[in-house]
Amino acid sequence: MDNPVIQIADVNFWYGTKQALFDVNVAIAPHQTTAFIGPSGCGKSTLLRCLNRMNDLITGTRVTGRIALNGDDVYAPEVDVIELRKRVGMVFQKSNPFPKSIFDNVAYGLRIQGLTDKTELEGRVMKSLKKAALWDEVQDRLHDSALMLSGGQQQRLCIARAIAVEPEIILMDEPCSALDPTATAKIEELIQDLETDYTIVIVTHNMQQAARCSDYTAFFYLGRLVEFDATNKIFTNPTNKQTEDYVTGRFG
Amino acid sequence: MELHFDQELTQAKDLLLRMSSLAEQAVVTALKGLVQRDDALAQSVLDGDSQLDNLQKEIDERCVELIALRQPKARDLRFLIVIMKIAAELERVGDQAVNIAHRATALNREPQLKPFVDIPRMSDLSCGMIRTVLDAFVYGKIDVARQVIRNDDEVDRLETQMHRELTSFMIEDPHTITRALSLIGVAHSLERIGDHAVNIAEEVVYLYEGRDIRHQSPNA
Amino acid sequence: MNLKRRQRDWQSVAFYAVTLAATALIVLTILVILGDIVWHGAAQVSWHFITGGTKEGMFDAQTAGVFPMIFGTLALVVLMTLGVVPVGVITAVYLTEYARPLSPITRIIRGAINNLAGVPSIVFGLFGLGFFVQFVGGGLDQMFYGGTLHYRKPALIWAAATMAVMTLPVVIVATEEALRAVPSGLREASLALGATKLKTIWKIVLPEALPGVLTGAILAVGRGAGEVAPIMFTGAAYYLAHLPNSWTDQFMHLGYHVFVLSTQSPDIERTKPILYGSVLVLLVMTFLLNLTGVLVRAKIRSRLQHG
Repeated sequence: MDNPVIQIADVNFWYGTKQALFDVNVAIAPHQTTAFIGPSGCGKSTLLRCLNRMNDLITGTRVTGRIALNGDDVYAPEVDVIELRKRVGMVFQKSNPFPKSIFDNVAYGLRIQGLTDKTELEGRVMKSLKKAALWDEVQDRLHDSALMLSGGQQQRLCIARAIAVEPEIILMDEPCSALDPTATAKIEELIQDLETDYTIVIVTHNMQQAARCSDYTAFFYLGRLVEFDATNKIFTNPTNKQTEDYVTGRFG
Repeated sequence: MELHFDQELTQAKDLLLRMSSLAEQAVVTALKGLVQRDDALAQSVLDGDSQLDNLQKEIDERCVELIALRQPKARDLRFLIVIMKIAAELERVGDQAVNIAHRATALNREPQLKPFVDIPRMSDLSCGMIRTVLDAFVYGKIDVARQVIRNDDEVDRLETQMHRELTSFMIEDPHTITRALSLIGVAHSLERIGDHAVNIAEEVVYLYEGRDIRHQSPNA
Repeated sequence: MNLKRRQRDWQSVAFYAVTLAATALIVLTILVILGDIVWHGAAQVSWHFITGGTKEGMFDAQTAGVFPMIFGTLALVVLMTLGVVPVGVITAVYLTEYARPLSPITRIIRGAINNLAGVPSIVFGLFGLGFFVQFVGGGLDQMFYGGTLHYRKPALIWAAATMAVMTLPVVIVATEEALRAVPSGLREASLALGATKLKTIWKIVLPEALPGVLTGAILAVGRGAGEVAPIMFTGAAYYLAHLPNSWTDQFMHLGYHVFVLSTQSPDIERTKPILYGSVLVLLVMTFLLNLTGVLVRAKIRSRLQHG
C-alpha cells in the first residue's frame, strides 16, 4: 500500500509488566475502512487506543515502535496530544453523549476550540448531523436532552459529535455492540458513506460486521497480527489457517 | 431504502445482462454465418467465446465474494445463486454457438443441401426464448418464464421434424450424409439452446417464488 | 405436589418484628423530642419574637426577640459555605482527578482529612482562637494596620473560617463521591474530542457532579447552623446591642443563645419558654436551609437528566 495515512511499525505495548501487543505492523489506507478483528483479549482495542493515545490515560502503560500519522510519529515528545485527538476522533462502545442538549453535544468540540459565532456553530452542527444520518430525526428538537434519544440515535449523535471537529480519521471501538440489529445496520450503512470524507478504523468482535463494511481486515490473536489483507480475500480465501479457522467459526 | 449492497447486486445483474446479450449475439451471428454462408461471421463467433467464458468467471467470483461478505438472506441469497446458475447456462449457450459456427464453416465448403427453412425458424424461437426469459428475470415476470418453458415443446417438435426430413434425404442419396449430419448437429444445438432457456426460466421462478420447479411438468 | 407452607418461619417473623421495633423506637424518639419542643415552644414563637431584637431584655418571655441571632446564624452559614465549598471541591477534584492513588502525598492528604473529621468541636474552637483570631488576625493587624486592633479579635470571619475547617471533610468526601460517580465514559468522550483535562473537569465532570457537591454543602450547612463549641471563642457573642455590619464584628447565634439561656438565666422557669422558642426557631431554620438545598439540588438533577 503506498501512502498509508497511518503506518504502524514494530509496535509493542505493555500494561505494566503484562505485554499486550507484540511486533505489530499494519498500514491504514486513506478513505477506506480497516477492521481489527480477533477473539477477546487479542489486543485489537489496545492498538486502536494507541492511535489517538487514549491509552495515555491508563497509568503504567508503555509503547515501543512507531505509529506515524502522515509520516509524523504520534508518540514523539513534542507532539501535542490535544491536537492529535482533534485529527483522530473516536466513537466508543457504549455511547456516551454528554447530559446536555443534542445541539450542545455536537457543538462541544467546536466550542472548546474557541468557536463562538452562533451562525457558524449552527451551520456546522447541522452539517455534522446530516453526515451522521441523524438530522432528519432531530432537526425539530435540537435543544432537547441528548439522553432522550434511543441507543442507536445516541451512537449516531456521538458520531456527529466526533465529525464536527473535522477529524481526518475516525476510530470506532465496537460501536454497535450495545445496539439492536436495526440500529446496527443503520450505522454500518453510515460507515460506508463516511468513507468519502474520512478514514475509518473499526474494532469489532463481530466478524460478519467486518465482512460487511470494511475494505481491509486485520486479524489479531494474543497480541500478534496474524493476517492483514483486503477484506474480500480474508473472507473468501485467507492465507493463514488460523484466520480461516476464525472466520469459519471453528476457533478454539 | 437503497443500501450499498443494492448497488452491488445491480452491478452483478448488469454483468449477467451483458453476458446474455453477448450469448444471444453469438447464436445469431453463428446462424447468419450458416445461412448466409459467411465464414468471417462464423470465425467471429469462435473468437468471441473467450469473452463469454471470462464473464462467467467474473460473475462467479463476484457472487462468491458478495455471499461471503454480505451474508445475504432470502431473495438476496437466491438472487446471487440464480445469477451464478444463469451465467453457467449462458456459457453453454455460447458453447453451442461455437458448435454451430464450426458446422457452418464445414458446410460452407460444400454446396448447400436444401433451402434453410426450419433452421431459421428454430433459431428465431430459441433466441427469442433466451431474450424473453432474461426479460422475465429482470422484471420478475413469472408467467412469461412459465410460457418459455411451454414454448420448448415447439422447438423439440421442429428438431424431430428436421431429423426425420434429413434422415430421408440421407436414405435417398448417400452423398448428402455428411452435410445432413452437420445440419442435424445444428438442429441439435438449437434444441439444446432451447433447453438452456428452460433451465433459466426455472431459476427465474425459483428466484421470485422460492419454489424449485425443476424436473416437473411445465404447469407446476 | 404440596405447595402449602407446613409451618410458620418463626425466624423471619421475629426478625421482621425486631426491625419494626427499631424503626418505631427511632420514630418515637424523634416525635417525642419534636413534640416536646413544639408543644412548649410554639406559644413563644410570634412575629415579634422572630423579628424583634434583644434591646428589651433577653430573659423576659414577653419582650424577647431572636432576630439578631437568626441574622447572625445566617451570616455565619453563608460565609462558612463561601469558604468551605470552593476549598473542599478543589481538594476533592485534586484527589480524584489528578492525584495518583497510592502516592505518599495522596496518603498524607487522606490521612489528614480523616483525622480532621475526628477532631472534637471544642478543639476546633480553641484552634480557631489560637490560629485565626490571634495568629492570622494579629498578623493582619501588624501588616495592614500598624498594630492597631482590627482583626485580632473574635469576629464573624474567624467563626466562619473555623466552621469551614470543621466541615471541610464532609464537603470533600461528598464531592469525591459525586466525582467518582461521574461515568468515565463522559471524561473519555471529552478528551477524545481534543479537550484538555481542565476543560473536561470544568465543563463536563463538575456540572455532572453538582448535585453531589450540593449534598456536601447541605450537610455542612446543617452543622454550621447548629454547632456551638467552635464559635464560642471565635466570634459568637452573648449580647450585642446591634447587628454586625462587617465581618470583623461579633455576632449573635441561635445555638449559642440557647446555651446562654440555659446557663446564664437568673430565673430558669421564666426563661424556659424563650428557650423552647429559640430551639424551635433553630430547628425550623435548619430545616428550611436543608429544604432549600434539597430543592436546588433536585432542580439541577432534573436539568441534567432532561436537558
